[in-house]
Amino acid sequence: MSTTNCPQEVGLRRSAVHALTIELGARTVPFAGFDLPVQFPAGIKHEHLHTRAHAALFDISHMGQIQVIGTDAPRLLEDLVPGDIAGLVPMQQRYTLFTNDIGGVIDDLMVTRMPDGLWLVVNGACRDSDLSYLRERIGAQCDVRMHSDRALLALQGPTASRALSALCPEARTLAFMHGGEFDLLGTRVLIHRCGYTGEDGFEISVPDSQAERVARALLAQEGVAPAGLGARDSLRLEAGLCLYGSDLDTRTTPVEAGLNWTIAAKYRNDGAERARFPGAAIILGQLKDPNVRHRVGMRPDGQAPVRAGTPILDATGAAIGHITSGGYGPSVSAPIAMGYVEAHCAQPGSTLQAEVRGRTRTLHVCALPFVPHRYYASTSNRSGRQ
Amino acid sequence: MSGLRFTPDHEWLRAEADGTATLGITHYAQEQLGDVVFVELPEPGRRFAAGDELAVIESVKAAGDVKAPAAGDVVAVNGALAAAPELLNKDPMGEGWMVRIRLADAGALAAMMDQAAYDQLIAGL
Repeated sequence: MSTTNCPQEVGLRRSAVHALTIELGARTVPFAGFDLPVQFPAGIKHEHLHTRAHAALFDISHMGQIQVIGTDAPRLLEDLVPGDIAGLVPMQQRYTLFTNDIGGVIDDLMVTRMPDGLWLVVNGACRDSDLSYLRERIGAQCDVRMHSDRALLALQGPTASRALSALCPEARTLAFMHGGEFDLLGTRVLIHRCGYTGEDGFEISVPDSQAERVARALLAQEGVAPAGLGARDSLRLEAGLCLYGSDLDTRTTPVEAGLNWTIAAKYRNDGAERARFPGAAIILGQLKDPNVRHRVGMRPDGQAPVRAGTPILDATGAAIGHITSGGYGPSVSAPIAMGYVEAHCAQPGSTLQAEVRGRTRTLHVCALPFVPHRYYASTSNRSGRQ
Repeated sequence: MSGLRFTPDHEWLRAEADGTATLGITHYAQEQLGDVVFVELPEPGRRFAAGDELAVIESVKAAGDVKAPAAGDVVAVNGALAAAPELLNKDPMGEGWMVRIRLADAGALAAMMDQAAYDQLIAGL
């Protein structure tokens, strides 16, 4: 039985709740320069199902929290992302993308319009490069600050609102994809109603010095259990959400990724000349091209997962793409996968193939998400990630 | 427990009265893999060399292969794992056994680690 053991790596950063996660029995792995919990003793499957049924607390402090101060910040950020940032109302949050000159994605991120500028949450693996990029591009006009002294806790699941309300009753009034500053156990925290599991939930930005106290108080609420990166990954895959570095990268465009909804309406409808974000001509041009490759959801026949990196073949055996995320969906009790295929194979119902350990497996293209989103009062899909 | 033998890859083997050996993965191995969702077992009758892939275990997290500790052939497999792969987590050294094999060299088993040696290996990890 070959197993992988991660030797204690030196130089890994520890979040403000690292000691607590170890106390709770977490098994940790190096990720984005941090030593992060991949699972707790309950195991990934249990943590996943618990999140869908109750609520789970995730430490996502490795993600970069960047503040951009300046009244012009929303307009300036529109030079870097395809989303409508100037149109955000105060404390409204939006999912958007840093693009590059070939229309690829440098990172995906959350942006909130703050009273004095913007608040960004970026991927852990990209935090340093994003910070340099922002300073280089808009640093002359804005003050760009990384808040490395803050933890980020995600409370996710259908009972997340009830659990948070016990400590912070005002937070339950937050609308989906909106944020606010609240008092939580005597500390000023920034709470957003968002997440990456497909469930209702919150992301709580808290000063490092208070993070463990807040985490303990949340874990003490009825129905709240700790969960790790393993469950976070299977939850986001079931929700059909992209993982940067796997489903999105510098050579994949938002249109190929099925993220057309992240492109501001003002650019889509005969407004291409107004778009200033990198790769705008390529990306907006693809909107009218029926032949661009597409990110699709797939269900493999049988019970064995088809993992990332596996080539996807059409009915004739010709390679037409590859799996970018693949695993087992505990809530659907079956293997699930996402990947990129040529346009003519991308319709739900299409049958594709993959070769796994010398055996041909059938893949059924299906609509995303695999598990319906249950965001709070999501009457409009304006800001849902799909 | 005296009949149990272990490999550095965290497999256990138990000598049976009929000269065959039962093989599975250890508690340590199942813990490292996490929730098992699928087990691919060999066809009975298959002949294998030392180091050949005998079986594949897929967990929610990752895939792991079970390598043949020595040459031999497959006598039987645990069919219950197809419907209940979680037996590998619940009872890896009992109901979660994987294959019954006949080793080409019956003496190969005696040369493998015993319980005390394996416990020492685990303690050092």
